[in-house]
Amino acid sequence: MASTATVAAPHAPAVAHYEPTGLWSWITTVDHKRIGILYGVTAFLWFLVAGVEALMIRVQLFVPNNHFVTAETYNSLFTMHALTMIFGALMPLTAAFFNFIVPLQIGARDVAFPRLNALSYWLFLFGSLFLNFGWVLKAAPDSGWFAYAPITTLPYSPGMHMDFYVLGLQVLGLSSIIASLNFIITIINLRAPGMRLMRMPIFTWMTLITSVLIVTAMAVFTIAVTELMFDRLFGTNFYNTVSAGADPLLWQHLFWMFGHPEVYILIIPIMGMISEVLPTFSRKPLFGYNVMVFSGVLIGWLGWGVWSHHMFATGMGPIADSFFSLSTMLIAIPTGIKIFNWLGTLYGGSIRFTTAMLFAVAFIAMFTIGGISGVMHASAPSDLQQSDTYFIVAHIHYVFFGGTVLGLWAALYYWYPKVFGRLLDEKLGQFHFWSTFVGMNLTFFPMHFVGMFGMPRRTWTYGPEQGFTAYNQAETVGAFIIALGTLVFAINLFTAWKRGRIAGPNPWGAATLEWSIPSPPPAYNFREIPVVHSRMPLWEDDPTKEAGIPHGRVEEETEQVTIAGTQVAAVRDVHDENKMSAHDLGIHLPPPSFWPIVLAAGISAIFIGLIFRQVPATSAWHNAWYLMFAGIATTVVSIYAWAFEPGH
Amino acid sequence: MSAHAASPAHIDTSTGLDSRKMAFWTFIGSECLLFGSLIATYMAYKGRSINPPYPHDVVINGKAFHGILNIPLTSFSTFILLMSSVAMVFALWNVQRGNKPWDAFWLFMTALGGSIFLGCQVFEFTHFYHEGLTLRSNLFGSTFYVLTGFHGAHVTVGIIYLITLGVMALRGRIGPERTLNVEIAGLYWHFVDVIWIVIFPLVYLIR
Repeated sequence: MASTATVAAPHAPAVAHYEPTGLWSWITTVDHKRIGILYGVTAFLWFLVAGVEALMIRVQLFVPNNHFVTAETYNSLFTMHALTMIFGALMPLTAAFFNFIVPLQIGARDVAFPRLNALSYWLFLFGSLFLNFGWVLKAAPDSGWFAYAPITTLPYSPGMHMDFYVLGLQVLGLSSIIASLNFIITIINLRAPGMRLMRMPIFTWMTLITSVLIVTAMAVFTIAVTELMFDRLFGTNFYNTVSAGADPLLWQHLFWMFGHPEVYILIIPIMGMISEVLPTFSRKPLFGYNVMVFSGVLIGWLGWGVWSHHMFATGMGPIADSFFSLSTMLIAIPTGIKIFNWLGTLYGGSIRFTTAMLFAVAFIAMFTIGGISGVMHASAPSDLQQSDTYFIVAHIHYVFFGGTVLGLWAALYYWYPKVFGRLLDEKLGQFHFWSTFVGMNLTFFPMHFVGMFGMPRRTWTYGPEQGFTAYNQAETVGAFIIALGTLVFAINLFTAWKRGRIAGPNPWGAATLEWSIPSPPPAYNFREIPVVHSRMPLWEDDPTKEAGIPHGRVEEETEQVTIAGTQVAAVRDVHDENKMSAHDLGIHLPPPSFWPIVLAAGISAIFIGLIFRQVPATSAWHNAWYLMFAGIATTVVSIYAWAFEPGH
Repeated sequence: MSAHAASPAHIDTSTGLDSRKMAFWTFIGSECLLFGSLIATYMAYKGRSINPPYPHDVVINGKAFHGILNIPLTSFSTFILLMSSVAMVFALWNVQRGNKPWDAFWLFMTALGGSIFLGCQVFEFTHFYHEGLTLRSNLFGSTFYVLTGFHGAHVTVGIIYLITLGVMALRGRIGPERTLNVEIAGLYWHFVDVIWIVIFPLVYLIR
C-alpha cells in the first residue's frame, strides 16, 4: 500500500516493488510495520463508530423528554460507546504505535515474535467485530462497560446482550496479553548495541510499562469475565447473590483491579508520545529524562493500589476508604512531576507550533484538568457527592479525550510521515486541532456543572424543570464540532496518503533512531543495525564515528518546505538502499504466514459457537455447536502447524 | 543451565538471554495473576456455602455434615504430580547430553505422572457429581470446580505438550541443539506443579 502510493506521486522517490503487495500479502504479513498500519486503520474505523454512538447519545439528550432512541437502545449506546472506544479504538491505536514505532526506536528489525504479533492483530479484529455483532442481532451489551454483577447475571440480564460482552472481551483480552508479551520481550531483548535501558526513547519506556500493566491487569480481567461467563453459560454462583449468598462486591473488586490499571494503560503510552513530540518541536532535550522514566514506573506501580476508589459509594468502611483515598492522592505526585517536566521542556525552547505540537501542548492543559478533578474524587466524602453524576463523565472524558485522544492525534501528526512517507496537510490539521479543542471543552466542561447540579450519568432523559437543558444543548453542539473536526481529520489522513507532500527521513529534525531511516521504512528497517552512543542519537551521536548512525551515507535531494512558519528540509530519498530487497542485502526476514489468521479464526469460532447456546434446539443451534467444535479443531491444528512451520 | 551455548542462534540479544525463554517467564507472570484471581475468589467464598455438600466435616445448627473432600487420594495424586516434575528434570538432563532414548523415556514418564494426576481428578469430579456437588449446587461447587478444573486444563495442555516433545525426541528431532524446547516445556510443567502446591493446602488442608 505504502510503496504503490509513493510511486504514484509526482515527486516520487525511486522505490522498487521489492515488497509483496496485494490482499494476500496483508493477510499473511508478519511485518511489524504492516501490522501497525492494520491496527491503526482498524482502530480509527472503530473510533468513528464509537463517535457516531456518542453523537446519538448527545442527540438523545439534546432536549428534555426526548424519544430519539428507546431507553433500551440508549443503554446499549453508552455501553458500546465505552467498549468500542476503549477496546476497539484507543488501546489498539496505542498498539498501532507500539507496533510501528517501538522496533524502529530501539533499532530492531522486527518484534521478537512476528507471527504472534500478527495473531494479536487478527484476534483484535475478530474480537471487536464479534463484540459489535450484538447490534446486528439487536442484542448489544447494555449494562455499562464495567458490567456490574449481579446486574449482569442471567436473572437480571436475560438474552444474549451480556454474552457478547463476556465472550467478546475474552478474545480482546487475549489479543492484548499476547501483544504486550511480545513488546516486553522486544524492548528488553532486541535493543540496538549500546542502547542501555536509560538510553531508550521515553515512548519505548512507557510502552514497556504499559505492556507490563496489560500482561498483569488483563489476566485478572480474564478471570473476572470467565467467572461471569460461567455464571451465565453454566449456572455457577460466583456473582449470583440471590440463590447462593455470593458477595455482590466480588465483581467490583476484580473488575476494578483490572479497570483502574486500564486507565493507566490508556494514558501512559500517551505520556510517552507527548514526551517525544515536545522535545522535537521545542528543539530541546526532554527535561528530566530520568525522572520521567521513574515517575512512569511509579504511576504504573501505584496504579495497582488504587482500584477501590471506584467503590467508595459501596460502603467498604472507613479504613478501606482512607487507604484508597490516600493512595489515589499519592498517584497525583508522579503525574504532576511529569506535567512540570513537560513544561520544563517547553521553557526556553525554540518552539514550532506544528499541528502535532498544538495537540501536545493542549494535551498538557486538558489532561491537567482531568487529573485535578481526579484528585477531587480521591477524597471519599466529595466522591460520595459526585459518584454516578455527570461530574464523573466530565472527569473521564478530560482524561480519555483531553488526554488519550489529543495525545494520539499529536502522535499521528508526528509519526504519519514516517509511516506513509508523506506529510499531513497542516492547514487541515490546524482546523482539526481548533475544532477538536473548542469542541471538546464545549462538550465536556459543562458536564462538571450539570453533574454538580445532580444529573445522573447513564440517564436516558431528563425533565425540562430540572434545569439541565441548556448545559446538555451546549454539550451536543460541542460534540458535533468535534465530529466536524474528526471528519476533516479523516479526509486529511486519506488525501495525504494519496498525494501528501513527500516527507523524507526526518521532516521534523527529531532525535530518535526511527528518523534515521527512509520514510516509509524498508521491510528490513535498518540496513545495518545502528550502534547507539546516547539518548538522542540523531542530535548527539557523531555521524562520522565508525559504525555510527548511517545517516551520513544517505544521498539526499532536498526541497525546502514551510511548516508553521519554519523552514523544514523535506528530503527525497534517492539513495540506492531503497531499491534493494532484504534478500539482496543478505538480511533474513521471517517469511509470511497464514497460520496467525487461521488460529485467530479458530479461537473466535469457539466463542461464536458458545454464544448461540441460547437459541432453541433447532438446526441453527446444532450448527453453532458444530462451529464451536470446528473452532477447537482449527485451533489445535493451527497451533501444531504454527509450531512446525518451516522457515521460522 | 548451559542452554545458550547449545543454541548459538539466539545469543544475539540485548540481555544474552533467549527471547523465547524470557517470553515464557513473562507468560508465567501473567498466569500467576490468572491463578491468583481464581484463588482469591476461592478464598473469598471459602466456608460461605449456604447448602451442602460441604468440603470438610461441619456441624450446622446441630446437624452434622460429612466432608466431601478425599484428602488421602488427593495427597497421592499430588505426590505423583510432584514426582513428574522430577521426571521432567531427568528429561532435560538427558536432552542436554544427547541421550536420545532416555530423553523420550523421561518425557513420557512426566506425561504419565500428569495423566495419573488427571485420572485422579476425573475420578474425584465424577464422585463429587454423584454426591450432588455440581457447578450450580453452591459456592463451594462453583469455586472448587472452576479453580481445580482450570488447573486440570493446564495439566491437560501440558500432557499434550510433553507427548508431542516425546514423539519428536523418539524421531530424533530433539537433540542438544533443541534443548530450549524441552527447557520451556519444563518451565511450564514446573509452574503447573507449583500452582498445585498452592491450591492443594488452600482447598484440601485448610479448614
